Amino acid sequence: MLNSILIMLFVGVFVGILGSILGIGGGMIITPVLTLGFGLDIKYAIGASIIAVIATSSGATIAYLKDNVLNLRVAMFLEIATSIGAIVGALLTGVVNPIFLYIMFGLLLFFSGANMIRKLRGKQIETNANSDDKLAQELKLNGSYYDKNLKKNVDYKVTNVPTGLGIMFGAGIASGLLGIGSGAFKVIAMDTFMKMPLKPSSSTSNLMMGVTAAASATIYFFNGSILPQIAVPMALGIIVGAAVGSRVMQIMPSKLIRIIFIPILIYLGLQMILKGFGVSI
Amino acid sequence: MKKNPEKQTVNQNNSQSSMNRIEYTIGNILRWGVIVSAIIMIIGLFLYIIKDSFGYPKGYYAKSFSQIITGIIEMKPYSIMMLGIFALILTPVLRVIVSIYSFYKEHDHLYVIITSVVLIILIFSFGLGLFLHL
Repeated sequence: MLNSILIMLFVGVFVGILGSILGIGGGMIITPVLTLGFGLDIKYAIGASIIAVIATSSGATIAYLKDNVLNLRVAMFLEIATSIGAIVGALLTGVVNPIFLYIMFGLLLFFSGANMIRKLRGKQIETNANSDDKLAQELKLNGSYYDKNLKKNVDYKVTNVPTGLGIMFGAGIASGLLGIGSGAFKVIAMDTFMKMPLKPSSSTSNLMMGVTAAASATIYFFNGSILPQIAVPMALGIIVGAAVGSRVMQIMPSKLIRIIFIPILIYLGLQMILKGFGVSI
Repeated sequence: MKKNPEKQTVNQNNSQSSMNRIEYTIGNILRWGVIVSAIIMIIGLFLYIIKDSFGYPKGYYAKSFSQIITGIIEMKPYSIMMLGIFALILTPVLRVIVSIYSFYKEHDHLYVIITSVVLIILIFSFGLGLFLHL
């Protein structure tokens, strides 16, 4: 018993560091690790994962808040869509076949890997300082942040708000259904569609993941999906790991972070889909 | 006419620094929320290791708050660990609540409403979990 607690604690620290650096909440790693590595039923893996997402978000945002990278208004406005989506997703979990969950999860990992490759090829940061999107102005979504890597203050303006809101609803469904933070979707909504720079996008996404996860976590909390002997040591490890990781993230170039993670995502995606069909390598 | 751009800059700086203050307050409260939930989880985990049992038969899970509270009074490791997890789930909710208050203090009524809507959705989800057991 002590052994398994220590393993979960260690997995937590690892996931917390990695998750906060990549801004992906850790859920993406937890469920494959628990199902593929430890043979846990996907229902319990998703339950542990949703708690892990909250731990990553709450642990990491303490550092982000002090660095003022986060955009609180964007977070709260978009959170309306994600939290409704999360409830829909958590309710769907009960009626969906587990095989479908595995396949969805695998595709999601592929997608995240492909998205990171796309990002690697793209330009570094495209700030949109000249947009005069009316909705963004009325909602006071524009902001600025200090970029430690570029060593200067970056002003940015937000655009395509309705599209962003729509993607956020989908991100919420994925989050509730699969117990993930949907960080990749959230970052895409903000930086690809709403033209927010990458660093505020991933910080804001990190804050939002916690709130989104809370919306579905209570549904999981009272239906027996959360096993405390797994969730507790993992959450404790993540809180420590996330605090460390979010400090490292500030000085790390986003490109290097992605290169490290792409092969891992694609490998895990393949494994999850195979597991869904009952094949194991 | 000349005064206008200056005034705007001053206003922007003001709102920037007040926003920083909001985020600082939220960061602090959130940190305490995380620390408290971590302490409860550590206590529960410690009891679980010492007693070498959950205090409940295999497959048991709490379906309501009162079951968890009864378990805490009886010092059951399972219930204390679940309380810690619940406190952790509450930290993002706490963040939303504090944000409402901060926006209110900044007289940003639009965001008081927007953030309140988020809180109402969260409360609704709690209700769903508690009463439906899906």
